[in-house]
Amino acid sequence: MSRFPEMRRLALGAAALLAAAPALAGGLGLGREATHAEVAAWDIDIRPDGLGLPEGSGSVSDGEQVFSEQCAMCHGDFGEGVDRWPVLAGGQGTLTHDRPVKTIGSYWPYLSTVYDYIRRAMPFGYAQSLSNDDVYAITAYLLYMNDVVTDDEFVLSNENFAEVRMPNEANFFDDPRPDTPIFVKAEPCMTDCKAEAVITKRAVILDVTPDGEDDSGITVD
Amino acid sequence: MTDDAHTSRRAFLRGAGGVALGSAALAAGAARADDPLITDLDAQPWTQFLGDPVDAMPYGMPSEHEAHVVRRTVSWLTADATSSINFTPLHELEGIITPNGLCFERHHGGAAHIAPGDWRLMVNGLVGRQSVFTLADIMRFPRVTRTHFLECAANSGMEWRGAQLNGCQYTHGMIHNVMYTGVPLRLVLEEAGLKGAAAWVLAEGADAAGMTRSIPLDKCLDDCLIATHMNGERLRPEQGYPARLVVPGWEGNMWVKWLRRIEVGDHPWHHREETSKYTDLLADGTARRFTWEMDVKSVITSPSPQAPITHGRGPTVISGVAWSGRGRVAEVHVTTDGGVNWTKARIEGPSLDKSMHRFNHEFDWDGAPLLLQSRAIDTAGYVQPTKDALRAVRGVNSIYHNNAIQTWAVDSDGRAENVEIS
Repeated sequence: MSRFPEMRRLALGAAALLAAAPALAGGLGLGREATHAEVAAWDIDIRPDGLGLPEGSGSVSDGEQVFSEQCAMCHGDFGEGVDRWPVLAGGQGTLTHDRPVKTIGSYWPYLSTVYDYIRRAMPFGYAQSLSNDDVYAITAYLLYMNDVVTDDEFVLSNENFAEVRMPNEANFFDDPRPDTPIFVKAEPCMTDCKAEAVITKRAVILDVTPDGEDDSGITVD
Repeated sequence: MTDDAHTSRRAFLRGAGGVALGSAALAAGAARADDPLITDLDAQPWTQFLGDPVDAMPYGMPSEHEAHVVRRTVSWLTADATSSINFTPLHELEGIITPNGLCFERHHGGAAHIAPGDWRLMVNGLVGRQSVFTLADIMRFPRVTRTHFLECAANSGMEWRGAQLNGCQYTHGMIHNVMYTGVPLRLVLEEAGLKGAAAWVLAEGADAAGMTRSIPLDKCLDDCLIATHMNGERLRPEQGYPARLVVPGWEGNMWVKWLRRIEVGDHPWHHREETSKYTDLLADGTARRFTWEMDVKSVITSPSPQAPITHGRGPTVISGVAWSGRGRVAEVHVTTDGGVNWTKARIEGPSLDKSMHRFNHEFDWDGAPLLLQSRAIDTAGYVQPTKDALRAVRGVNSIYHNNAIQTWAVDSDGRAENVEIS
């Protein structure tokens, strides 16, 4: 937040705004204390520093087996993606290309995100069905598929997890906007701003809008 | 009537012939025969016979003649319809409030259905009391009502490389503007009690995507809400029933639906939706993260490709919407000649913080082709940029945060097309 001096100002302004909202003299006494088991059941998130990682481990070869059973039908045997399902491996060196391939290996900054996301949301349609060891194993296999680890005997665990660094971590930066000219207290051009305007691109040439022959009322031909 | 009206409209859209005929009939119409819709009682059965009783429709629906005003999707955009997007029919709407049933949807694991009695909100982490709230608890907090736009970070994302989809529903329809009622997130956090090191909040959904986003604590204490109502009624299931997060001015992905947990921490979590997704790749291979604010933006909703000029030359209304995540919209300028000359449009109706604004501009169309654009300026002084200005900084692969000026080319028959111009 310190990177956003205006946010501090925003917060101050907000204090004034919220003063207009109903004021609280103190706690309302609403809600109840959560039990340890309740917090443990829902608080499954993991941070890049490893906070939240469960105990457990899984090897590349275990991961290959679980992946082929649970994941490969959409993501392909090697994480290459079936049909239009996400590609999980490869694409290294393509981020500056015209059509970049953004995968775990080529793009993702932190390994913790891989573990966290698989555990909370995958397999698609049957989330939170994998054991902690299965998720370690799949994560290890994805590291191997992405050449982040090259040893097929590699075992990933909560002990060595934080030692693994992803190749693209250094290429993320906090939002630097505004990044286009702004006109604070200045008038943008209103008359005779340019000699003429000429059409350079047309949507109808692509012709990919839903055609609406039956129901949309849109035609693009 | 629906079919007739729709068919004739489509016939018009199909070809210039229909337009010429229509204009001719209209022009000659001033002088002639009686209109049977006035003079013939048989043509007006509603005048003679009773209509529907009051118990015909306990929850009303729009006229059958408005059946074309619906959310639409573009199947090729995503691999699966449960992790996908649809679009608000902006071209058919007026004012600033989006009807609940037309608010675009974006799910990552489908729309969850949760009974209000089954809903729980956990507040944990760096708080004095690890807490659980029921919906009944939340409804006992002091509540506020605010009107805000929710714009998907990817709205207009398919247009980075050029003009692609032909209609503002598709180019700009990942947005809705709703009056929310809910509890300031600040009050719920204070009820649990914030600890000194608290700096970030993780918001988590109860759906099968387990949607999570890291939000700086300052924003949570500023204007975020746990909303239970939209436009006066309970949230729709597809909008997070029974409770969602409202994060005014910030990208829609952070407005976590089916909210189940708020965790307070000292660092961001860098989860999937703020690393793999909702980061903005630049041409040099680096990427921006935490691009939260939705910058000032506008679009002309009529005329537009789905809302052509059908009345011929003469008095014509240009209507559109503008919004900014950094405040209110101060001005909207409209051009009919592709930006050679601009005119200040009228802001019509309420001008609210981080809300959609309606603008109108009336002019006398002489039937010549038009290049229509709108350009919004917000109260922070930001002027909506051209797409070329954005591309000069960001390249064409950042997917998100395209707030560029949109151009519609209107031909002499009144048909409009999505184009880019020099």
